[in-house]
Amino acid sequence: MKKHDAIVIGAGHNGITNAAFLAKAGMDVLLVEKNEWIGGAAVSRNLHEDWIYSNCSYVCSLLRPEIYRALDLARYGLQVVPYGGSVTMTEDGDYLASYTDEDASRRELMRHSPRDADATHRFERDIMRQCRFIRQFLLRTAPDPTSFKPRDLMELLHIGREFWALGEETIYDTMRFYTMSIAEFLDEYFEHPLIKASHCGSGIIGSAMGVMSPGTAYVLLHHAMGDVDGSAGAWGFARGGMGAITQAMHGCFADHGGTTLTGSGVAQILVKNGQVSGVALDNGDEHHADIVVSNMTLPRTFLECMDPRDLRPEFLEKCRNFKIRGSSGKLNIALEGMPKFTALKGNRELMKADMHLIDSVERLERAYDDWKDGTWSRDPYIDMLIPSLTDPTMAPPGKHFMSVFVQYVPPKIRGRDWTDADRDGFRDTVLGQIEDYAPGFRDLIAHVEVRTPRELENEVGLTEGNIFQGELTMDQLLFNRPIPGYAQYRGPVKGLWMCGSSNHPGGGVMAAPGANAAREILADRRKPNTVPEGWLDD
Amino acid sequence: MKTFNIDSREHYRNKVFPSPFHERQAALNENREWSRWYDYLSVPAYTCSTMEYFAGRNTCGVFDLTPMTKHRITGPDALTFLNRLVTRDMTKVKPGRVGYSVWCDDRGQVIDDGTVFHLHEGDYRLCSQEHQIDWLLINARGFDVSVVEDTHDVAALALQGPTSCAVLKKMNLPEVESITPFGLKHFDFEGTQLTVSRTGYTGDLGYELWIDPDHAGVLWDRLFEAGELHGIQPMGSEALELLRIEAGFILAGEDFAPAMHTVRHRNTRSPFELGLGWLVDFDKPVFNGRRALLREKAEGSRYALVKLDIEDNKPAEHAYVYDTRGRNIGWVTSAMWSPSAKKNIALATVETPHGETGEKMKVEIYYQRELKWHRKMADAVVVRDAFWDPPRRRATPPADF
Amino acid sequence: MTEHVVIIGAGHNGLSCAAYLARGGMRVTVLEAAGQVGGAALTREFAPGYRVSAGAHLLYALDEGLRRELALDRYGLRMAADSLYTIALDPDGQFVSVANGALGGPGAAAADQEAMALYHRQMNRFADIVWGLKDQLPPRLGTTGRKDLFALGKLGLRIRRLGKNDMREFLRIAGINLYDVLQERFESELLKGALSLDGTLGTFLGPRSNNSVFCALHRFNQGRGYAIPAGGMGTVSVALDAAARAAGAKIRTGARVAGIDMEGDRVRGVTLEDGEQIAADLVVSNADPKTTFERLLGLRHVEAGFADRVHHLRTRGCVAKLHLALDDIPQFCGLDGEQRGQRLVVAPDLQYVEHAFNPAKYGEHSARPVMEISIPTVHDDTLAPAGKHVLSANVQWAPYDLKGGWDGAKDAFLDTCLDVLEEYAPGIRGLVSASELLTPADLEAEFGMTGGHWHHVELSLDSFFMLRPVPGSAQYAAPVNGLYLCGAGSHPGGGVMGCAGRNAARAVLAGAA
Repeated sequence: MKKHDAIVIGAGHNGITNAAFLAKAGMDVLLVEKNEWIGGAAVSRNLHEDWIYSNCSYVCSLLRPEIYRALDLARYGLQVVPYGGSVTMTEDGDYLASYTDEDASRRELMRHSPRDADATHRFERDIMRQCRFIRQFLLRTAPDPTSFKPRDLMELLHIGREFWALGEETIYDTMRFYTMSIAEFLDEYFEHPLIKASHCGSGIIGSAMGVMSPGTAYVLLHHAMGDVDGSAGAWGFARGGMGAITQAMHGCFADHGGTTLTGSGVAQILVKNGQVSGVALDNGDEHHADIVVSNMTLPRTFLECMDPRDLRPEFLEKCRNFKIRGSSGKLNIALEGMPKFTALKGNRELMKADMHLIDSVERLERAYDDWKDGTWSRDPYIDMLIPSLTDPTMAPPGKHFMSVFVQYVPPKIRGRDWTDADRDGFRDTVLGQIEDYAPGFRDLIAHVEVRTPRELENEVGLTEGNIFQGELTMDQLLFNRPIPGYAQYRGPVKGLWMCGSSNHPGGGVMAAPGANAAREILADRRKPNTVPEGWLDD
Repeated sequence: MKTFNIDSREHYRNKVFPSPFHERQAALNENREWSRWYDYLSVPAYTCSTMEYFAGRNTCGVFDLTPMTKHRITGPDALTFLNRLVTRDMTKVKPGRVGYSVWCDDRGQVIDDGTVFHLHEGDYRLCSQEHQIDWLLINARGFDVSVVEDTHDVAALALQGPTSCAVLKKMNLPEVESITPFGLKHFDFEGTQLTVSRTGYTGDLGYELWIDPDHAGVLWDRLFEAGELHGIQPMGSEALELLRIEAGFILAGEDFAPAMHTVRHRNTRSPFELGLGWLVDFDKPVFNGRRALLREKAEGSRYALVKLDIEDNKPAEHAYVYDTRGRNIGWVTSAMWSPSAKKNIALATVETPHGETGEKMKVEIYYQRELKWHRKMADAVVVRDAFWDPPRRRATPPADF
Repeated sequence: MTEHVVIIGAGHNGLSCAAYLARGGMRVTVLEAAGQVGGAALTREFAPGYRVSAGAHLLYALDEGLRRELALDRYGLRMAADSLYTIALDPDGQFVSVANGALGGPGAAAADQEAMALYHRQMNRFADIVWGLKDQLPPRLGTTGRKDLFALGKLGLRIRRLGKNDMREFLRIAGINLYDVLQERFESELLKGALSLDGTLGTFLGPRSNNSVFCALHRFNQGRGYAIPAGGMGTVSVALDAAARAAGAKIRTGARVAGIDMEGDRVRGVTLEDGEQIAADLVVSNADPKTTFERLLGLRHVEAGFADRVHHLRTRGCVAKLHLALDDIPQFCGLDGEQRGQRLVVAPDLQYVEHAFNPAKYGEHSARPVMEISIPTVHDDTLAPAGKHVLSANVQWAPYDLKGGWDGAKDAFLDTCLDVLEEYAPGIRGLVSASELLTPADLEAEFGMTGGHWHHVELSLDSFFMLRPVPGSAQYAAPVNGLYLCGAGSHPGGGVMGCAGRNAARAVLAGAA
């Protein structure tokens, strides 16, 4: 059987990115995917009549522009279109909107609190300081702080120097920012409860923490550090759904001679004499290569797809302790018409925005208390979008696709597995909440796809349904991600590499882990580097 | 004429709204062009900014100041509050006087500059370039003081130029000519109070008029009636920009980056670095930035803001500045051909120790002739005084023309 | 003429600072509002014949060097008991004891023994890093000062010296929560519950809240266990008071400072509530930072950015103190005589603790609180009439800003506490002859600390070392000439330790030199 230069497991955005950069360097790369379709969690699916769902990830901001350009994604059909701001509705029928126009946003904030409108400058300045600081590390490999290798020492020095360059005040603010809760952090800027609540969501999306949990201020940053066309913190839609991103990446990969096999997952990563030799698929086929790159989560790679005898027990223990608790679920809804949100009074522009229904910090925190107790939130936080208002390809004219991201949703129900009845109960909780804000909503529903952590794990392979392939807490960031000592994409077995979001810099459709892993592999094999450097903003 | 109901929050749903002078402005706005100044519509130029500029230097021009951010500061601690806020000594600004001020963060970096009007004993108006209510309320903690942003409650006009006093006298404002520079007086006017201050942003004889919005229209009408024979003209923001550069006044967001908006901390400036060291009074025991500024005074500043007199006549906007050996030492922040001084002038930021008066520099100017770009390394010299500073600016009583 | 220093507050840090300053040759006057010294390190009567450590009740962090240097033992400091260990109470008597890394008691799981030894060893090593900082003047960051860089380098080196594996583990867990760490390592729910208290007691953190590992390290006293001074915690203060006097400090009680006086940009002294003015070259405040800057100095004397940081200090106390006068020793399920004198903990499992924490977030007290209990009369019979006993317990969560206020809620909460105690010590209700519950509001009123917060300022990674209490005063010198801080609000925080006072004295002496 033919031996490939490399096999990449999992055709999610990081897997394809990795494969594409390797292929661009002239390697013969085989990409294997368990599903019949590619895309992983960046996918567009046609599950009901003429509707297209972005049925996992649903918006785009973090995708690194350097990678966009290097893989020539526009040429392969990708178009990212910004959408209009966000809106948080209140229980008493009002709302707080944020617009793409700065003055309109300021006026809207002033409607609620003139002081907070002004404080927003201070807030945005400080968030931007953090974004600038962190962005430069996204397309770099983290150093090993315990190592004495020149490369690690230089990188540590680099981080230290950049940290120092922030200036005394900002250094202190940075240290506090990384260790505070989003609720406490916002208290230092704002006084209006609704304004605080509207900023809070970004601090918890995808994370197993509450808005009052220290560490959530950083999660806000993880959602703010992206941009659309240089407009920092802005989010957009991929035209045609999130699958358009992975399709374009795959176009690039195929164009550079890559081969893709779908429909059979990896049963085992094969190791011979302490060196990776290939993969055995579920269908019994074996494929061989000296390099195997896993885009699967850390636990799935090492606890499910490897022979434990090929790994050290301490390493396996660390994989078992990897924090990858799911906290979110999703409803993908086909609508026969436009829902009418009481608070929005028919304002179509606001319906194009990112819509939220939770209007207080306390409600958000209570939603988390339910998760801690092993149930989905009775009063959940939802992040709701109607992409079909912006992207005409998502639903037939006059009909709409609505993406409803929901938090919190636990990986298990009080310690046991999800059942279909749980799933329906969860669905009804969410639909009930939307109905409260948009009477008549349920009557518009043509089809609902419900995604709990169970579905996310089974279909996309996200362990415990964690959308970031591992929680974004201090123990799993930078040189700690995924586990200390293995933060440089190199696995514990010769020839085995990791390129998924379990690795630095983490989840979101960023493609940085895939690119970083490719850079490391190419350097290791003394191949020309095809991975771009980060663009610095000075 | 109030253009909206301030008590209802509904007006915030409009992105921008007309000033109380809007109808008058619209009637005169031949260009039909409007720009946005925070919440208000503002006129860039009514007919021709050059002619409006010359009205400001030769007769008088009227500029709508209403959109400028204004605050009312009252209460027993008003003075101590202000004294901690700004760098200058406010005890020296007596009732009926106005003080140009600058305020800093704890790092001694400039947040904004503006004017403080001591309207009555213990009753102040603070005008700023940027929104400041967040910072002012942070500052108010621990003081018995009320700080209210009242931008929408005060209509204001700037009347600037050599015939401005004559116009006001014709409006029968008793002893208006006795107001000294940076002085103010209150007058009964059409059943309300009109406050006139001898202040402005043009470096020439000029006044600013403050009134409640319901009387805005009548003020405008009376002003233009009185000014008819004195060459009164409405003036847009483009003309004002030319006037302020000639006067050597700095603009937030142009000549310095306000600290509250500045992400890269090295890009902010201290008062010393903006040439405003004369506004810093270390005899005050405490004010924001004092400790940092004391250190800066001892250790030296990083930058200096200079006025450049540049050879030739090609405006030096966005130009790099070099020392005579060709080393890049800074950049131009505002530049123009000065029609009054007949000089090519600029405000520039240069690294210290550069920036001494009389120092020679080079300015790299890019200019276009029929779409073709040219580059010129022009000689420039640092000058101390404003490019335009006529004696009539200070004379009291002012002459009629 | 030597410089005259006035110290506001004769808490243990104020006294320790006074002693060191006096020894450094300064003229020192300590002004204490209360009728006695000690602040929250105090023994007082709460019912006729019954005395108790009214604030802190267990000694675990008193700096040994300080104890030696100030010869506190010579001034009467003696331990009635030391090396006390923790017993995790269980209503069925299946308790677990944790003594210096060894598990005991009927509830101890065999599988946890080894894990406990490893945990103890690692936490000790990690705590060494945190404790190693407690004598240090926190460096400033982002500067080019050689001393600052050196201090950081030293910290880096200490972390490196842990060796590769421990260093990795330290960097992994230092910023996260105890819940995750305990779940990784232990099986017994009771043990995990009890250990989670190490990171959450006295803080606004639940076991799942990040930073709780750090708080546990801050408490981890190198395995020395807990001690009870003979005569209660007040003895520490009395000894410190004597040491300070012996060094030449003057200490006035009943002298409540109303304000710090300024002349120009420096302090000039203080004014007492009765109007008396006391001139001083330097003022050192043992009061919490909020009280110091907002009330005594006035925010108008500091710059606004600094004032804003002070304003946002988190000072919401969350522990109530329960004192019971008992007719007899209570029978805790499964415990025998000696065991009843240990540190007894009600924290049956992680979920219980987390549930006790949840309501605090919303300004409500726990429906079923966690407790840290001490019965000092087991070791010291001077505190109660012969044969009688005193029970002292930290109860949480009882947030300072209880919705609706504490006035109407206090009796019900006391009842809740007794209900919980009754489960673990059946019949205890019948033994109670008198009781006292001090809510954070009461602690604020009695000891003058804002929010009734033990640590003056929430102890957390975002308020530690160079961030404590706020940047701009983390090196003990306030941004006002002549004013210093020396209380628990400063590095290294609360607990009867004395380090903040000593460090402040060093900063003052260095500044004067």
